[in-house]
Order: sequence, then structure tokens, then C-alpha cells
Amino acid sequence: MKRADDAVERAGDAAERDGDATERAGEAAGRDDGAERAGSAAGGHDAVKGADAVTATERDGARAPQAGPVARVAVPERSLAHDLRAVKIVLHRELIRYWRDRMRMVSGLVQPVLWLLVMGTGLSNLMTAGRGASGGAHVDLKTFIFPGVCAMTVMFTAMFSAGSIVWDREFGFLREMLVAPVSRSSIVVGKCVGGAAVATLQGAVILALAGLAGIPYDPVLLLELLGLMFLGAFALTGFGVMMAARIKSMQSFFGLMQMAMMPMMFLSGALYPLAGLPVWLAVLTRFNPLTYAVDPLRQAVFSHLTLTPELRRTFDPGVTWGGWRVPVGLEIVLVVLMGLALMGVAIMEFRRSE
Amino acid sequence: MPGDGEAAVEVAGLVRRFGAVEAVRGIEFAVRPGEIFGFLGPNGAGKSTTINMLCTLLRPSAGAARVAGFDVVRERDEVRRNIGLVFQDPTLDGYLTGEQNLRFHAELYGVPRSALPERMRQVLEMVRLWDKRGDRVQTYSGGMKRRLEIARGLLHSPRVLFLDEPTVGLDPQTRASIWEYIRELRAAEQITIFMTTHYMDEAEYCDRIAIMDSGSIVALDTPEALKAGVGKDRVQIRTDDDQAAIAALAERFDLAATVAEGAVTFSVESGEAFVPRLFAELGMPIRSVSVSRPSLDDVFMSFTGTTIRDAEGSASDWMRMAMRGRR
Repeated sequence: MKRADDAVERAGDAAERDGDATERAGEAAGRDDGAERAGSAAGGHDAVKGADAVTATERDGARAPQAGPVARVAVPERSLAHDLRAVKIVLHRELIRYWRDRMRMVSGLVQPVLWLLVMGTGLSNLMTAGRGASGGAHVDLKTFIFPGVCAMTVMFTAMFSAGSIVWDREFGFLREMLVAPVSRSSIVVGKCVGGAAVATLQGAVILALAGLAGIPYDPVLLLELLGLMFLGAFALTGFGVMMAARIKSMQSFFGLMQMAMMPMMFLSGALYPLAGLPVWLAVLTRFNPLTYAVDPLRQAVFSHLTLTPELRRTFDPGVTWGGWRVPVGLEIVLVVLMGLALMGVAIMEFRRSE
Repeated sequence: MPGDGEAAVEVAGLVRRFGAVEAVRGIEFAVRPGEIFGFLGPNGAGKSTTINMLCTLLRPSAGAARVAGFDVVRERDEVRRNIGLVFQDPTLDGYLTGEQNLRFHAELYGVPRSALPERMRQVLEMVRLWDKRGDRVQTYSGGMKRRLEIARGLLHSPRVLFLDEPTVGLDPQTRASIWEYIRELRAAEQITIFMTTHYMDEAEYCDRIAIMDSGSIVALDTPEALKAGVGKDRVQIRTDDDQAAIAALAERFDLAATVAEGAVTFSVESGEAFVPRLFAELGMPIRSVSVSRPSLDDVFMSFTGTTIRDAEGSASDWMRMAMRGRR
């Protein structure tokens, strides 16, 4: 019962976030507009100056036209090196934009912090009350959901990054990319890796809160988590980019994302252990790709805690397929394959849409 | 280098259909290297569809086009390397600075890094944005954005620069300065410029213009020749009794006159020479007279039977909408 209540509350939360996202998007558009308007107000002025400058050059001579030594540049044939440069610059742009958009960084933190500190703390109370006096050592709920919160953060940031393709389309920038003499794949790869990098950066900010969840700042653990988050983010960005290739409006993109993300999150084991579930739920969770991105994170965290084997079994049961525990390595391979497959579909879609 | 000496743009039997609608109906023309070639017509005439096919953004339904000597379908990448594009709608990233926008473009086009700083400085100075290169594009005015796009379109030294309505939505002064850049550019870069516009006055700057209407090219020549082709000058007279004047014009000169803009208006060959006869023979007092040479508006009118403004909107705003959806 409790769980159901929780779910409702979470769903409410999600809806609110959806609203937020749209609002933020709207605001951004508004801001752009404003800038433009302010710009055109200043424009007249500028134009006058511009025109002046032109006549000035015209006056001082015939020198300008033919004489000006033009630094002609030759654009090379298409090659792997060229495509790699394209991947790099698309990625670089994602990072610049993320860095510029401090609001996004901060607003992306609110939700996970709420989950971790407010929900985590609140529900821990319940848990200790339920346990009664019997348990001596226990696992703090905050510690338990920390990997889940990391996964959520990464997931939302990755989707947002992928959504920027829809954004670019609306603002025309996508066109600048699509008319360049580079392969579509390099642009999609750049977007996917860029989105994953941005999501990992956002995840790194959450990692800074590990102490609050009672998780040691072990450099090995932190590196492991960063790596795992990157792979998960890559798969999710692939998913987002694939969707963005078809969807032309920001609203429908975020609507659909919300529709896809909430069930994925609830069925992923981000917020509860995946052992001892009713069959229907167990089956659904096994089919959820996010499950295989969350579990390695949790295993990494729990392997760095000192716990009794019994507690570890309860809180970190892993993912089982009909009694067989799926090894972390296979989970990682699954996530990577999924990412590559989704990215492949995205590339095909962009090729076709020319 | 392939394509040197031959036409910068060569189009034969080019057709583009959207479903049942033929947006471009088998057009033919050639643009000479170094020319400023204007594509004129109301919105929805098929200008943007044509330009999109020439830029390899849209596949022709039939026919062929070569740009800078390369086939737009079979040699798409070669075409793309050799053209610069400035679109009707802005395609800049407002979050990046002017310089970062250019750098992004340079990397996508594979401009050699060693040549980049010099080239970047050159194009930015040409459009007078060198001092603003570190500002975010968000803060640029409409005219500055357009200038930055022109600089970006030139960055990789294209042989043909496509400008799709480069001055639309800009105030007259900015429009004038953009034109200054375009003309200066042609001199400095030995480049062919292919542009569309629906401002008649701007078409005067072109070496040659093609008038497009409902998917077909209805006229193609220098602005002067096109105007000369219309032949007749426009004469407007003010009298105390317009109706009597119209009757007198019909009776004595066999001219059909109408009242337009509050004056009796008619067309006649060599209008200035006609004025003395008019005074001598009309048989009624004339308060004022004005004679005007044919403008490109008249040219457009004579070929399409409508003014460009009237043709606009009705013709097909939906076509433009369809195009927006498509890209």
C-alpha cells in the first residue's frame, strides 16, 4: 500500500517537473525574443554606423576590392579525420552550452537533492520504526537510493541534452549542421557522446553529495560510478536522439519523454530492491533497460560499504533471470549494446530525413 | 579544379513536387561565374524550393542541376564544400559567441586549423563584427546576426554563395548596408552570388534577375533590359475634372487611362516626349504632370499580371509552411 502511495506522489512530482520543463523552455524562448527585440531596437543605430563604415572604405579607395589579399582556404575531401573533427566540435558545443547554462545545472540538482535528503530521510524513519528494536546494524535508506538518484539525475540530464536537437531544429541550428559536408553519423555520434558527457558532469555534482548518504569518498568508487553513469547516459541519450529525430516540437518531445521515463524509473530498481517482487513486477523490471544501468551502480556502492552478507543480500540482491544472477559485466555489455543500437537507429533516421 | 570556366549554376528541367503540388515546374537557367544573380518572386513562387534543391537540401523530383560544376544529387558533398549558405531564417546558436559560431562551422567544414585564424579575422572584419566576436550571439541585433551568417557562409571560401532573402525583416538602413557588403564581397572574393528576394528595389543591384511565378521562370535578363522590355512610361496628370480628362485622352490620343493614387494615370511610350503634345492637344487645363520610368514592379506586373505584394500571401503562405515543416 505504502509503495502505491509513494508512486502516486512520485507521479505527481513528475508531472510538476514536466510543467517546470515546459515553463523553463517557454522562458528561454521569451528571453531570446526579448534579446532580439532589444537587439533590433539597437539595430537602427548599428546599421547607421555600419553604413558609415562601408562608405569610408569605399572612399579610401579602389584598394579594398581587388587588392585585399584574400586568405582562401581549401576545404578537404571527406575523411575519417574530418568526421572526427565534426564529432569533437558537436560535443564541444554541448559542453559549452552546459557550462553557460548555470540555471540548468542548479535546477537539475533540486530534484535529486529532494529525493535524497527529504524522501530519503523521511522514509528512513518509517523503515527504522518498522524494523522495531530487533535490528542493530541497518542500511540507511539514503545510502540505498543514492545509486538510484544518480541514475535518475543522469537520465533526466541525458534526455534534456537529447531534446536540444528538437530545440536546434526549432531555432534553425540543426540546418547549419545538416548542410555541412560531413556524415550524419558524426553529428549524431557527437550529440550522443556530448549528451552523455553533460549528463555525467551533472552526475558528478550529485556524487559530491555522497557523504550525506553515508557513502565514502573512495576515489576508485567515484571513478567507477562516473564510468557507469557515462555508459548509462550514453544509452539514454541515444534513446533521446532517436526520438528527437522524429519529433518536431519541444512540447511533444518532453511529453513523450515523461511518458517513457517515469515507468522506466519506477521499474528500474532505482528506489527499491529487485528481490522478492510479485512475478508481474519482477518480469517488467527485467525487461526495463534502465534496470541494467542502475544495478551496476548499486553494486559498486555496496561493494565499498562494510555490511553483513545478510544485509547486502537484502539491499543489493542484483538482477536475476530465473534464479541466475546476471553478472555486472553482462549488464554493462547490455547497456553499451543498447546505446549503440539506439544510436544506430538515430543515425539511420537522420540519413533518411535528408 | 573542376568547374572553372563553366557556369557557376546550371539548371535543366528542374522539377519538384510536394504530393500533387508542383512547386517548381521544369525550370532552366544558368548563372555565370562572378555574377550576382537574383531570384525574384512572391513568397510561395518556388524560390526557396529551388534554392533548397541547389543546396542539396531537397532532392529534385526530376531534372538536373549543377553547382560549381558538381551535380547536386550525385556529388552532394562536393557541392556542399563549394557553397556557402545564408538562410532566410537564422541558423545561429545564440548561446555561443560570434567567434564560437564561426569556429563550429570551420570544424564542421574541415577548414585547416593553420589557416583559420587569418580567415576568421578576414570575414569578421568584412562584416564589421571583429570587435563583437566575443559577445554571445543572443545579444546581437537582427542586422548583426545576418552579417555574422554572411561571414560564416564565406568562412570556407565557397565558390557560390546562396543568400535566401538575406535582407528580409531588416530595417531599410541595415538592408542597405547588407547590400554594400554583398557588392564589396563580390569584388574581394571572386565569388558567384545567387540570391532570392521579394524586394523589387533590391533586385536592381543584381547583374541579372530571373522572375519566378507559380513555379516557373517567366523572365530572365538584366534589370535594365527587363525594364526596357516593358517599354512604356507611366504618366500621371492632375486636372480639375478627371472624368473629362479620361474621356479626352481616349478621344484624342486613344489612351486608356484610370484614376490611381488620386491622379489620372496611363502608360505611353517615351513619356517625356509625349508631355508637350499632351499640353497642346488635351484641350483642358492640367495642374501637374509626372512621368516615371518603368520599375521592376512594372516588369513583374507585366509578366505576372499582378504586383508582387498582391501576389504575396494569397499565392501560398501554406507552401512556406509546408517547407518549414519539411526541413
